[in-house]
Amino acid sequence: MSVRLKDLPTEELLHKGNLACAGCPEMIGFRHVLRALGPETIVINATGCLAVITQMGVPLVPHFHVLFENAPAVVSGIDDALRVQGRREGVNLLVVAGDGGTADIGLGSLSGAIERGQDFIYVCFDNEMYMNTGGQRSGTTPYLARTTTTPVGVESRGEPRTEMRRKDMVEIAVAHGIPYAASASIGYPLDLVERVEKAARVRGPTYIHVHSPCPTGWGMEPSKTVEAAQLAVKTGCVVLYEVEEGKRRVTRPVARRAPVEEYLKLQARFRHVVADPAALAEVQRGVDERHAAILARMA
Amino acid sequence: MGLEKYEAFVRRARSTLTYDPGWSRENMTGAWRTMRPVRDAELCTSCALCWLFCPDACIAPVTFDVDLAYCKGCGICANECKVGAISMQREPE
Repeated sequence: MSVRLKDLPTEELLHKGNLACAGCPEMIGFRHVLRALGPETIVINATGCLAVITQMGVPLVPHFHVLFENAPAVVSGIDDALRVQGRREGVNLLVVAGDGGTADIGLGSLSGAIERGQDFIYVCFDNEMYMNTGGQRSGTTPYLARTTTTPVGVESRGEPRTEMRRKDMVEIAVAHGIPYAASASIGYPLDLVERVEKAARVRGPTYIHVHSPCPTGWGMEPSKTVEAAQLAVKTGCVVLYEVEEGKRRVTRPVARRAPVEEYLKLQARFRHVVADPAALAEVQRGVDERHAAILARMA
Repeated sequence: MGLEKYEAFVRRARSTLTYDPGWSRENMTGAWRTMRPVRDAELCTSCALCWLFCPDACIAPVTFDVDLAYCKGCGICANECKVGAISMQREPE
């Protein structure tokens, strides 16, 4: 019973005139996440691009802009307060954050909130770098990607940390015994809506990791945002799966993976990799290894 | 929207500390655009992919008319259209 395009409500819960760059993936994702949750939602927004671009009263629902590190703590307070007042029923608490606020700075408070079993939906928009502050590397930056803190030159050739040691936020959430965690992509909004609807039905913490290719940070044409997101899934760089009470299932299986070059060549941050066959083979090996490791856990 | 009007908006935005809900609607982001999406109604199959993928919700759900007051001209709609019904045309100066 997957979600169909014609069944989606057409009501928008965002005002127009946001400050996002042209072709922003977070706006595609946030639009559909709010659509899935409906108007009875409170948004807690950790610092990041999304907090900046929606600051001029963009959402039609209550919207809190909090610090990088304390969004899960704030949502815990709101959850408890509503419960004490007897008004918790029928309200969705949504935390939105970037990969910096989730995988690096806010990881401690997220871990605490999941451990306490607070009832909230955590959506992380992962653009693989700190775009709000100027494109520094983050815990989810892929191997050999150029960022402003991992430049390409004589001494450095992009992000040195290998693909296998990249932070896997879904697995970190699952290690807490979370009732529901999933990965999604802005390239597949119907799949994203389905994951969010499922998370909303779960009592307790839920985590959804949304892959969001950033045209500004990755050096792409703004029109290629969705194409890049879909290629990331088709090449196996991103695996869309869900974990329900510890049971794993691939939600979008890819029968034949495309070579990773097709995805990399869209992005200026990998220009030095595409030009160098040895580096390209290294990246392909890393992606293969990570892909195999994720699929091996499915059994 | 002319440049002068946009600059007046930026001055007002900088002079306020809080924004009421919907304040962003005064931010006519259509002024950023250099390329404009033009839809060929004959080729269009009403598949709604352009509506689904528009980051700024600038495409109406049933008529697929573009809201040019806010469209930033990113070109995702033209890139994702399976039948090539949307083309990007340069805005006049």
